[in-house]
Amino acid sequence: MQNQNNKRYSRREFLRNLSLTALAGFSLSILSSCSKEEAEDFLQKHFREMTPEEKKHVIAKLEERYYRKYGKKFEISTKEALPNTLWGYGLELSRCIGCRRCVYACVKENNNSRYKPQLQWIRVLRLKRGNLINLENSEHYYDPPQVPEKGFIYLPVQCQHCEDPPCVKVCPVHATWKEPDGLVVVDYNWCIGCRYCMAACPYKGRVFNWAEPNIPTEELNTSVHYLGNRPRMKCAVDKCTFCIQRVRNGRYPACVEACPTGTRKFGNLLDPNSEIRYIIDRKRVFRLKEDLNTEPKFYYFFEA
Amino acid sequence: MEKFRETLKETWHFYRRTLSLVVRGSKAYYAWCFFLLAIVFVGLLFYLKQHDLGLVETNMTDQVSWGLYIANFTYLVGMAAAAVLLVIPSYIYSFKPIKEIVVLGELFAASSIVMAILFVMVDLGRLDRFWHMIPFIGLMNFPKSLLAWDVLVLNGYLFLNLLIPIYLLIKFYYHKEPNWNFILPFILASVPWAVGIHTVTAFLYNGLAARPFWDASILAPRFLASALCSGPAIMIIIFQIIRRISDIKIEDRALFKIAELIAYAMFINLFLLSSEIYQVYYSNTSHIAPFKYLFQGLHGHNQLVPWIWAAMAMNLIAFFLFLVPGTRKRLTTLNTGCFLIIIGVWIEKGPGFVIPGFVPDPLGEIYVYVPNLLELMVSFGIWAAGLLVFTLLVKVAIPIETGKFSHVSYIERTFRREEEDQAWK
Amino acid sequence: MKVSHAAVTSLFLLLFFASSAMAVVEEYTPPPMTEGMFPCSNCHASMEVNRKKRELKEEHTNIKLLHAESMRWCLDCHEAKNRDKLRLYNGDLINFTESYRLCGECHGPVYKDWKAGIHGKRVGYFAGPGKRIYYLCANCHNPHDPKFKPLKPEPPPYRPGKNHDAKSK
Repeated sequence: MQNQNNKRYSRREFLRNLSLTALAGFSLSILSSCSKEEAEDFLQKHFREMTPEEKKHVIAKLEERYYRKYGKKFEISTKEALPNTLWGYGLELSRCIGCRRCVYACVKENNNSRYKPQLQWIRVLRLKRGNLINLENSEHYYDPPQVPEKGFIYLPVQCQHCEDPPCVKVCPVHATWKEPDGLVVVDYNWCIGCRYCMAACPYKGRVFNWAEPNIPTEELNTSVHYLGNRPRMKCAVDKCTFCIQRVRNGRYPACVEACPTGTRKFGNLLDPNSEIRYIIDRKRVFRLKEDLNTEPKFYYFFEA
Repeated sequence: MEKFRETLKETWHFYRRTLSLVVRGSKAYYAWCFFLLAIVFVGLLFYLKQHDLGLVETNMTDQVSWGLYIANFTYLVGMAAAAVLLVIPSYIYSFKPIKEIVVLGELFAASSIVMAILFVMVDLGRLDRFWHMIPFIGLMNFPKSLLAWDVLVLNGYLFLNLLIPIYLLIKFYYHKEPNWNFILPFILASVPWAVGIHTVTAFLYNGLAARPFWDASILAPRFLASALCSGPAIMIIIFQIIRRISDIKIEDRALFKIAELIAYAMFINLFLLSSEIYQVYYSNTSHIAPFKYLFQGLHGHNQLVPWIWAAMAMNLIAFFLFLVPGTRKRLTTLNTGCFLIIIGVWIEKGPGFVIPGFVPDPLGEIYVYVPNLLELMVSFGIWAAGLLVFTLLVKVAIPIETGKFSHVSYIERTFRREEEDQAWK
Repeated sequence: MKVSHAAVTSLFLLLFFASSAMAVVEEYTPPPMTEGMFPCSNCHASMEVNRKKRELKEEHTNIKLLHAESMRWCLDCHEAKNRDKLRLYNGDLINFTESYRLCGECHGPVYKDWKAGIHGKRVGYFAGPGKRIYYLCANCHNPHDPKFKPLKPEPPPYRPGKNHDAKSK
């Protein structure tokens, strides 16, 4: 009888030890695959809930981390929205030649990952003449020796910064929201990577960092905004921010400056003297997929 | 207070006793458990690779940003909701042959929900930030975000489907009468809650104006109809297995009744599907593109076409097998029908639902998504984990239900052992 | 007299600077002159004026006029007696830095749009502490051959799938 008792206890003990070891091994393997940065950021609060001191602390931590990683000194701004502003964008379709200079200027300005994965916030579509609204027949990968090509028009698309953004509605953790000046931004440290916002966006404005971004160090742009073009991390969503780091200081976004044909316009919709208001008052403007009632602030127009 | 402490002590004692149940079994039981553990382990290794390098290791892209994981999630939420099909006839119509197997059905629903939650967890890009979704601790976007609703209702459903069977099992173990005033509200609540979880899952697709394939009001009814097909079908199979390996008596009548209800649910599913197809093909707007991709191929891309037609054929054959009493009441054809439905509905509701939503994408691009090895292995790992959970739960539930495992026998055995020990001394 | 003079001047200066602090300072880019060509009077001051419409054979042979060439020629825009200036229709002479006024005479609607800032290119600051820099017409459109030449486009994005092969670039 003693033997049976011993056997019963030792088997129970053995199995208990085995299961505890398994559990420990399981959790250790998951935890150890988290990087040091992830461990540091684990308890970081949502940007909108941070006090100014906490924000300063986070900025200092990030600046130190970027210096360690890239050897460059970053200036991370957390500048808030200017009062009485609502940013609007204008794009003159009669002048776009599809040269994609805006795409690469944006990539450079906003520290986007160049390859593995390649993140481009602007996508230029090529449409056959006669076709404008049904984007099913668009070509994204055109690569002719010269543009513009005869018989085609070009339509660049990026985040439209909607007034009623479907992406903000569906984000389960409030990681993306609309700022008071109308920009839809993402707190990259709060995003959990569920990609629901990407399913909800009707304009494919959002892209995902499928892996850790690869940015060549010599092309880094060191004047960044926390909600804008600071170097991101893997598995967070990002998108065009209308160059929040530039426009809140009054500068034109990078794509506006890069366009060789002057197709792109930008301004404050609430300022009656701005360029964008001039365009809306005098040109025939339209917005993509207006029937979805998302109220985008990206106005396309044609000459007169 | 005293009663509460007493209940806690009883529950703890019950838990410790069930551990001994779980670790002891036949050779076949060990083989099955270790087989499942091996698959779980392989899945875990692949998941760690994905966790390390990011979701770039899967075949998902910006164009098709949800793939095999969310497809399986959708299917499994449906399976979990199907427990309601057994609860309704049992408790409301007091159909006795089903009453005994309700507990097993609810345990199955609990394991399905565990699998569904695991699939969402592996799909998240940043699992370390999951705490952002916990209400009050994180920042949950309730009530606007349907994913937030999903988190709440799924966890609530899991809680219900663990509370009810475990409560009943503990009471059976101690040979006590369950306090129906306490447990019946939970049982009655689980019926609309089951409808709720699948409706919320349907709504999370339904509200997206950007995806015309999903932006159809018919989605929630279709989800419920197809859920009520696949869940009971898998349970018919499981009950036959349980019947064979244990003493639990499940009458054939119960199985045939479930099959009859599946037939009606499948009819509704097919009818709703035909309504969708008529509407989109007759009006012939640009919204036809995802349907064309699914059923005919779009611009030469036709990877999903053979799959969906196979699923249609399977569903139709299974429908007739269940409708005709002759084939329904014969176990071979019944089981064939069940397998056909399980696979057919998985294709129709998993990949055949999630992937065409992304093709063509809002800017007209077509990306052909085929899951890669890593996604397949992680998915197998999660299915194995769910089956393991179900096996362990059932390993406890069956002896209690048959009366073999109860507190009375424990006391008797301990008393006898002490007597024998005394005799030795 | 001197005191009131000073007062008026200082008031004017104050208003001038105050208004410019409120408005964004605008600047125009310099005209794109060929190296060594300006000032034109270096050569033309000593040459005879030949108003006959002809194809130039000795100098400026690299300039092919493809801009309303059936209706106008060189001396309709360049002032014949002072080649350092451009000539408006009513006879006014303007500098090359203000060439947009000449373009605006024929291209009225576009000129209005350009002045409002919605035609062509502006860089810099549209508000705030910096300058808004207008590109002159001539910076984008060669006045003698204004049609835009086609450009080589930047490369297309990587096709998805290739992009995700962990081993490829």
